[in-house]
Parts: sequence; C-alpha cells; structure tokens
Amino acid sequence: MGAKRVLFGQRIRLLLSPRDARHAAGHRYRAWSVVLGLVIVLTTMLAPAAVAVETPSPGDDATQGGEQATEQGVTGTLRDDESEPVEGVTIVVTDASGAEVAEAETDSSGQWEAMVPTGGTYTVELDTGTLPEGVELRDPENNPLEVQVPEGRTRPVIFQLGEGEADRAQAQAIARAVANGLKFGLIIAMAGVGLSLIFGTTGLINFAHGELVALGAMLTWYFNVDDPQIQLIGAAAIGIALTAAFGAGLERGIFLPLRRRRFGLFQLVIITIGISLLIRHLLLLFFGGSPRTYSDYVGQEALHFGPVSLTPRDIVIMCLSVLILVAFATMLQRSRTGKAIRAVADNPALASASGIDVDRVTLVVWTLGAALAASGGVLFGSAVAVDWFMGFRLLLLMFAAVILGGIGTAYGAMAGGLVIGLVTELSVLWFPSELKYMWALLALIVVLLVRPRGILGQRERIG
Amino acid sequence: MDWASILGNGLRSGFGPQAASYALLAIGLNMHYGFTGLLNFGQVGFMLVGAYGVGISVATFGWSMWVGVLVGILGAIVLALIVGIPTLRLRADYFAVTTIAVAEVLRLIVRSGSAEEVTGGPFGLQSIADEFHALNPIPNGTYGIGGLSYSSGQLWSLLVTWGVALVATVVVILLMRSPWGRVIKAIREDEEVARALGKGVFSYKLQSLVIGGVIGALGGVMFAIAGQTVNADTYQPQVTFFAYTVLILGGAATRFGPLVGAVLFWFLFSSVSAALRQAANAEYLPGFMTTGGATGAVVLATVGLALVLLMVFRPQGLMGRRQDVITLTS
Repeated sequence: MGAKRVLFGQRIRLLLSPRDARHAAGHRYRAWSVVLGLVIVLTTMLAPAAVAVETPSPGDDATQGGEQATEQGVTGTLRDDESEPVEGVTIVVTDASGAEVAEAETDSSGQWEAMVPTGGTYTVELDTGTLPEGVELRDPENNPLEVQVPEGRTRPVIFQLGEGEADRAQAQAIARAVANGLKFGLIIAMAGVGLSLIFGTTGLINFAHGELVALGAMLTWYFNVDDPQIQLIGAAAIGIALTAAFGAGLERGIFLPLRRRRFGLFQLVIITIGISLLIRHLLLLFFGGSPRTYSDYVGQEALHFGPVSLTPRDIVIMCLSVLILVAFATMLQRSRTGKAIRAVADNPALASASGIDVDRVTLVVWTLGAALAASGGVLFGSAVAVDWFMGFRLLLLMFAAVILGGIGTAYGAMAGGLVIGLVTELSVLWFPSELKYMWALLALIVVLLVRPRGILGQRERIG
Repeated sequence: MDWASILGNGLRSGFGPQAASYALLAIGLNMHYGFTGLLNFGQVGFMLVGAYGVGISVATFGWSMWVGVLVGILGAIVLALIVGIPTLRLRADYFAVTTIAVAEVLRLIVRSGSAEEVTGGPFGLQSIADEFHALNPIPNGTYGIGGLSYSSGQLWSLLVTWGVALVATVVVILLMRSPWGRVIKAIREDEEVARALGKGVFSYKLQSLVIGGVIGALGGVMFAIAGQTVNADTYQPQVTFFAYTVLILGGAATRFGPLVGAVLFWFLFSSVSAALRQAANAEYLPGFMTTGGATGAVVLATVGLALVLLMVFRPQGLMGRRQDVITLTS
C-alpha cells in the first residue's frame, strides 16, 4: 500500500511536469514564463497580480542598489525576463504638478538614471513605445509609478519586463487546461465506451475494465521498450490486439458460461472485482511498481498556437482519439453489427426476439470494448506514463464519464468523457491538483442527484 | 521453511485486532449486501469516517476519545443519509458506483494537503487512543501459546474489538429475527413484492444502510484505536473488496459468516505472505517474485483469484446456504 501512495503522488506530479519539461527543450524563454505562470496561478488561485511583481511601495526607504549621488534622483536597470539588459528605453519623470522634470534613456547595460531638483513625490513613467519588439511590461498597471524620492538620495525604481504575465499566464493556463482536458477526456471517452456498451448489452458493471486499459498499455510498453523493441505503433497494434483477444476470452471463458448457469448480476460484478485485483497485481508482479514511458515520441518540441502549446504527439493523440471515436460511432450507426449492438444495448430481450444473436453481439462488444480500452491505455501511456495502478485510477473516472453521459449508450460515454476530462484539468486552475480526481467523482455524484439518467440517457434506464 | 512461524504468523493475524476490525466491516456489509441486497462498494468510506471521527476529535480538537467514538458513529449516520437518500431510489448498480466514488472522494479530501490542519493530510494523525490504552487492565508482558502470542496492548485491543464484533453480530441476529428483518429479507428477494405489500422499501433500505454503515464505522473506530493512528492511505477502495472477500468466504447472509471469514481471510493472508517471504529468502522462487513488493503482489493477486473461484464454485461461502445467494437479475 505504501508503494501505491508514492505512485499516486508521482502520477499527479507527472501529469503536471512533463509538458513543462518538454518546453525546456528549445524554448527556455517561453518555458520560464510558463513555469512561472503556472506556479503563480497555483499558489494564488487566480489572483496572480498580487504577488507577481514586487512593487516598490512609495515611501519604501530602500538604499541598496542605487549609486550614492550628491543629488537626489531615481535610477534603475532594465532587464528582460532572460536577464539581458534592454537598451534605448525612455523613462520620463514628472513632478506632482505634472510638469516633466527629467528624462532618461537606458544604456547598453540597461541602466538609467534621472536626477530631480528636490526631494518629494514624483511620477516615473516608462515609455512603452520605446521598448524593443517582443518585450513589454510584465505588469502594465505598475506604469507609471508614484515614487517618493528622499532628499540627497537616489531611489531605485523597478520596472519588470517580460510578457504581460498577469493576464497572459491566466489565459495560457486556461487554454492549456482546456487542451489537456480535451486530450484526457478523449482518452477517457475511448476507454469508457466499452464499459458503457458492456453494461448496455449484459447489464454488467465491469470493474475489470480499468485493468484492460492497463493491460493494453503495459503490453505495448513491453513490446516497445523491453523485449523486441518494436516501434510504438507496431507495439501498440500487438498490445491492443492481445488485449482485445483477452477481452473476448473473458467473455467466452468466464462470463458467457456463468450467464448460462444463471449467475446473478451481483455475483458477476464481484467476479469482475476479483479479476481486476488479479490482473492488477499480476501487472505489478511482472512489470514492477515504477511508472514507465514509451521509447518513441518523447522529448518533442512544443508547437505554439496562440496561447496553447502542444507537442506534435499531443496533437496526434487528440486527432487519433477523435478519429477512433468517429470511426466507432460510424460503425455503430451504419454497419449491420453496429445496429445489432445498439439494438441489444437498448433491449436485449427484444433484440433476441428479432433474431439478433445476442451472445455474438456481446462477444463483439467485449472485443471492441477491450480494444478501445487498450487504445485509451496506450494513448494515456504515451501522454503521461504507464503504471500498474493506472487502470483502477482511470476506472473511477470512466465510471464518472459513463454515468454522466448516460450508462449503456456509446455516445453518452463520449460526451461524459469530455466533461470529466475538462472538469479534472480545469479544476487544477483553482484548486490543488491532488484533488483533481475528486472533482470528477463529485461531478458524478451531482449528476446522479440531479439527472440520474445522465446527459444522453433515457428515462426508463434508471429503474 | 519454518512452518511453525508461518502458522504462528497466520494465527496471530487471524485472531488479531485487524481481523476483528475487518469482521466489523463485513458484518456491516452483510447487513447491506447479504440481507438487504444493497451492493455497497464504499464500505471503506464508513470505516474512514469512524476512524477519522476518533482521530480528528482527539488529535485536532483535543476532545475525549469517547466523544470521538460518538463523532465517528454520528458521521457514519450522516454519510449513510447523504449517500442513501439520493441514490437508494436508483437502480442497484448506480448505488454501487456512487458508494465507491463517495468513499474515494472522502479519502482524497482527508489526504489532501489543504486539509492538513484538520486531518493531518498525507501524514495522518497519531497518538489518538491513549485513553483506551490507559484503561488496559492486562499487566505488561506477552501472552499466548507457541507462535500465537500478543503483547498486553495488542491483547487488550483484540479482546475489545472482537467483543464489539460479537455485540454487533448479536444485534444483527436480533434485528434479522424481528419483523423488521423479515421485511429486509423480503426486499432482497423481491423489492416489488415488498412494495406491493405496502412496505416503504426506500425507508427500509435507508435504515439498513445506516445500521450497516455504523457497524462499518465501528470497525474503523476500533482499527484506529488499536493502531493508535489514522492515515488516509489505509482507506483505499480495495479495503471494501477485502471486506467482500471476508464476507463471501464466511458466507453472505449468514449470522457468523463475517466472523469466520475474517479469521480465515487474515489467517490465509498472513500465512501465505510469510510463506512467500520465506520461500523468497530460501531462493525457492523465480527471481521476479523476490523483488520488493512482489510477495504483496502475489498475495493480493491470490485474493483476487480466490474471490473469483469462491464466487464461481461456492458463492454461499463456508457457512451459507445456496438459496441465500444474492442473485438480483433485474
């Protein structure tokens, strides 16, 4: 149990850090502002302006930094957010009556100094028009600054340059959270479709569904990294195929015979729990407790789309998820098998009476559901990491997604998955990230209170 | 292989305070699952509420431990009402998913750093049961025969916890003999029939949920008191699954099944763990089974396998009757 606790913590950190780490590859400049922005947002919960910039308060009797001058004045050094000096920026000092008393320009080392005739309150304004391209004030509200200048002393004045951190960090954080939420939600949706359809066709809540996710991801890791070291796409194909076969085997080897022996649903549900414990700990036994990553598509440079930065891998993950979900939906909508699946999910008895082979449809659902779960696992493993406990962690989110969308329907699971993904990732903006899964589960509970059939569910499904 | 020590390990664990706490969890689950037919997968949530009721009262607010026990019980009642009122009207599987989600939400909350001032966050709370151990009438020393021996503190904890478990068992037996119990079993067999006879099914289910939840919370209370500590990582969802294994091993819907199941489960769990550790040390096992955590993984995988095999081949458990097996085919 101790190991699990560590893993849980690691996963949360992993969900946050690799993206930042990826930035570091070629975009140190951007990476810093991103990291800083994230830290600011997390620590201040959307009030970053309060701590983002240390504003010298008027009357602050600072003595350090300034040169000892015979006369009084204001001085400072302008550096951008990579600590490079910024040259040729004009700074204008006006007195209390609004009359301009001094003007200064930064030299090659970024330093500037403006002398004023007497001590008193002055307004120091940085002429933003003279800033070089790509450099701006980090906190535009702190320009102009009111400064108290003591008699006979030079008073340091700090203008922080960089990006407009206060607004931009928040916008970026939200955009990033939305992008992550979509990515995560699509993966949950894909993995959850099978859970929902297995429920729809057999009434069984499959607690071992998370283990299908983990199994697919782990097998893929094995073929990709450990033994034959196949490229990720090939390894994923093998992993997914094996997991699909395993799902089919579970249905044919365990659940179909037990249904024929008139086992009740409660018994079957408890059997899925046993299977889940078994597979999960076999994964732990054979693959160990530490999180693993695939050997392909790591350390990519991020591409920037306005406020959002995504690695090509993230984009491919999202596109693939959409593609797979659309293909699956088309199959459900158009093909003969798809129609049969929907018919059985809607009303097994009626479907059986109209000549549909329910056992065959159930087998197809288990096979496809396991394949989709494994694909979700591979994509999740590619986006974050693979570990033995990932299945159970995702299972609760899949439950949330499936019930949110309306259990028993394929499209409901997709809609629910997106909502859950967005809820978990957006919650990080306002709340500690260790609680992010809690919000998904709370969303599940709230939906059960307000609209138990889910977003797309039908009324009579509630029972 | 030192079979005496393996056996001693198993026996010590099988009769130990932890097994008694699991017996309480299983007695509560028996109320829910065995007698009423409620698929509660969040029993660990009730356990957590009981344990943290004591822990927070004592360590955070400095109240008496006995107030803490009351707080834990009240917390369990409140939790049962909060979970039950909205979801007991829904189909059984919704209830199952909601309960597991609620239990996990509780765990995440008490574990979070933002709750650290109250719950100790990831570090938990310590020294919460000095009052209980101060009452220990058993003189210091080690008691027992052969491999089965306990320190006086352990003996005191296990006697009280098994005592509570016995009381809970008697209460459940009396309840199930009463007219109330007959309605509860009727609901398990066929809800519609009970409803047709004019019984308020929802209200009976809620009462069952509260009673079983309080018994589960007592399991948490005693678990926390015996260990002198509460820590969120103890209350993982798999604790509920262990409680199910205990219940099904002994026999769901039986009177003494949970007690027998708890002893047997922990006896097997600990003796198999000990045997595996010894086998690993003696290099009887293949290499991948000897790395850190591997014995734990093997034992837990075995629990899973045992649960499947039990459910398939002997769903009534050791002591149950075949006709009491909960089928629910809706």
